[in-house]
Amino acid sequence: MEKSFIVSSSPHIRDNANTRKIMLDVIIALLPASLAGVYFFGPRTLLVILVSVLACVLSEYASRKLMKRSNTISDLSAVVTGLLLALNLPPTAPLWMVVVGAVVAIVIIKQLFGGIGQNFINPAMGARVFLFMSYANHMTNWVIPGADAVSSATPLGILKAEEAAEAVLPTYKDLFLGNIGGCIGEVSAAALLLGGVYLVARKVIGPEIPLAYIGTLGLFTWIFGGPTFFSGDFLYHILSGGLMLGAIYMATDYATSPMTTKGRIIMGIGCGLLTGIIRLYTNYPEGVSFAILIMNVMVPLIDRYTVPKSFGGGKAVA
Amino acid sequence: MFVRNFFKGGAKVPHFKNTAEFETVKMDVPEKVIIPMLQHVGAPCEPCVKKGDTVRVGQVIGDSNEYISSPIHSSVSGTVTDVAPVLHAGGFYVTAVEIKTDGKQEIYEGIKPPVFSDSKEFVSAIRQSGLVGLGGAGFPAHVKLSPPPSKKIDTLIINAAECEPYITSDYREIIENSWNVVSGINIIMEVLGIDNVVIGIEDNKPEAIKEMVRVAATNSKIKVVKLKSRYPQGAEKMLIYATTGRKVPPGKLPANVGVIVMNVNSVSFISEYIKTGMPLIKKRVTVDGPSVKRPANVEALIGTPISEVFNFCGGFGIVPKKILMGGPMMGIAQFTLDTAVVKHTNALLAFDETKAVLPKEQDCIRCGRCVKACPMNLLPLYLNSNSIKENIEELNKYHVMDCIECGSCSYVCPAKINLVQSIRLGKTQVKQAAAKGGN
Repeated sequence: MEKSFIVSSSPHIRDNANTRKIMLDVIIALLPASLAGVYFFGPRTLLVILVSVLACVLSEYASRKLMKRSNTISDLSAVVTGLLLALNLPPTAPLWMVVVGAVVAIVIIKQLFGGIGQNFINPAMGARVFLFMSYANHMTNWVIPGADAVSSATPLGILKAEEAAEAVLPTYKDLFLGNIGGCIGEVSAAALLLGGVYLVARKVIGPEIPLAYIGTLGLFTWIFGGPTFFSGDFLYHILSGGLMLGAIYMATDYATSPMTTKGRIIMGIGCGLLTGIIRLYTNYPEGVSFAILIMNVMVPLIDRYTVPKSFGGGKAVA
Repeated sequence: MFVRNFFKGGAKVPHFKNTAEFETVKMDVPEKVIIPMLQHVGAPCEPCVKKGDTVRVGQVIGDSNEYISSPIHSSVSGTVTDVAPVLHAGGFYVTAVEIKTDGKQEIYEGIKPPVFSDSKEFVSAIRQSGLVGLGGAGFPAHVKLSPPPSKKIDTLIINAAECEPYITSDYREIIENSWNVVSGINIIMEVLGIDNVVIGIEDNKPEAIKEMVRVAATNSKIKVVKLKSRYPQGAEKMLIYATTGRKVPPGKLPANVGVIVMNVNSVSFISEYIKTGMPLIKKRVTVDGPSVKRPANVEALIGTPISEVFNFCGGFGIVPKKILMGGPMMGIAQFTLDTAVVKHTNALLAFDETKAVLPKEQDCIRCGRCVKACPMNLLPLYLNSNSIKENIEELNKYHVMDCIECGSCSYVCPAKINLVQSIRLGKTQVKQAAAKGGN
């Protein structure tokens, strides 16, 4: 009874987690925020989301094909990028611009650097900043929710441009629920938090980066954000702009965040400080995109300096 | 009794303890046995019998002058038919003594209960018994039991965690021979002057915990600790930490933190050996896996070809595609069914095609699950990438040599990357570079 057996290195069993399931969890977590966007900004928003997702998936398929690499659209990572990109665009975004963003995210930022896990910055965030620089008029054409979708400013825009006296700051309740001007996916802090709790509960992400990020920004804006020290409206800063979206879904991107708990806390604090500085001391009302991109490129450095000691070990590492 | 699970990381592996309630069945004496001269960590033995010699049960057939080694005995009576290299369970060739059995199982005349008056004589008797760690690693017991005089040993830890899926060999020992376990512990305590004993058992084996608590009540110095079922709870360093809170430094032995760790089967064997003087010639083996017709706990003589063990269990139902010696997390895949049961064989598993074929490797998504799972605090993804690049300096920087190869990282990896395989390769690269006088 001579048979040939498969011989392989241990372990010989694997759990049933896979990349696709993880990405599916992220998509599920982003559904509340997407639905909130559609609810507040109307059905055209849905079109923006669909075009973004479709363009990302097609870009992934076409670029892999051209580079003679395996087809990876079934891992759903392109869908996640498409969804995140759409949520980072204003509801009025022209569809051609959405497609340009998708191509930049998938082809230039992701596939040209080696595909999943190899991108040095978050693709959706990088594409958003690319569009912001290239088409500033389209990227800052904000509307407030409602049937007429009147042009307006974002809460942070209002806060920044104090001379616009007629504009009234929205209430905390509106900020929390999303009844404000802004990008499709960033307006409803409640929906974003709901998805965040899901991701942490499913162990897709750890809570370190979001907590460190939001905590640091809160502390920073509380101390420096008001007319005197310790009088800033930190809750306003936390609930507005792309902070929740950025802290929970963008800064935690696997490829561009550190490996260890310590590294992740450093990442969160760095993002929080940079966001606070940009919001308070520069011409930009928003700081989340730049903060995350800057910290993205620091990740290899953070990982290098946070190599943990082995269990029971004392060997220090530089 | 209290629950602790302080070691960081690990993985929630399935238990598959299908054979837990299967009482040990004794296998018949096979027609021939193949006894390899390496069944332990350390130097291989030199055979001291030759073709044509008559041997009897318990007779020494191989020994070594090296300190870290352990003598090997005949498990049968019969005639030596060959002394030649065979494929070892580990995948390399070692000398083995092949014996055609005569079925009489005549006992060697030198077998009598050992006499000892101090720890030195005790340790030397243990060496003669051929006992090695029966948990799976096979470290010679006499070395464990003679720590350097500079290290004060205050605690004996009995490893009954049995965290590997499928295996129920330790569990059966507790259920069937709990008094032997206690008496073995008492002997070691008395001879080595150890005052504390901790028996660590995972909480998925409540019957074993109950039984050990019952028999350990006779000695107030023996504590039973209920451990959380989390792989690799039975890994020596993790077990020491979970039961005593002490951390063994990388590259050091348990004696460095004042403990000796022994498998529950090992201490039970010591008790038997002191009574009868019969050296280690048999082993309880859990036989299981989807391809095995009648899973069982089998008591097999050392040297029994594994094909015979599977035949004893009704042979194969579904065609086996992978044969494992040991558990699915750390066991070794076998090339053939001709390899033999050795001292530290605790399980033989047969997987069908669906379980045998591992999923295809995909690209690392840097999710960090391997980092969270590593009980040694390593960064498996960077060990993997640097092993691929053969970057010795970086491999050392990321402490490649501290990996205990438990397999938790590979198990949890969603991209199904064979991290442990790659890390083993990295270790070999570091060793080769060191031998060349490089880093």
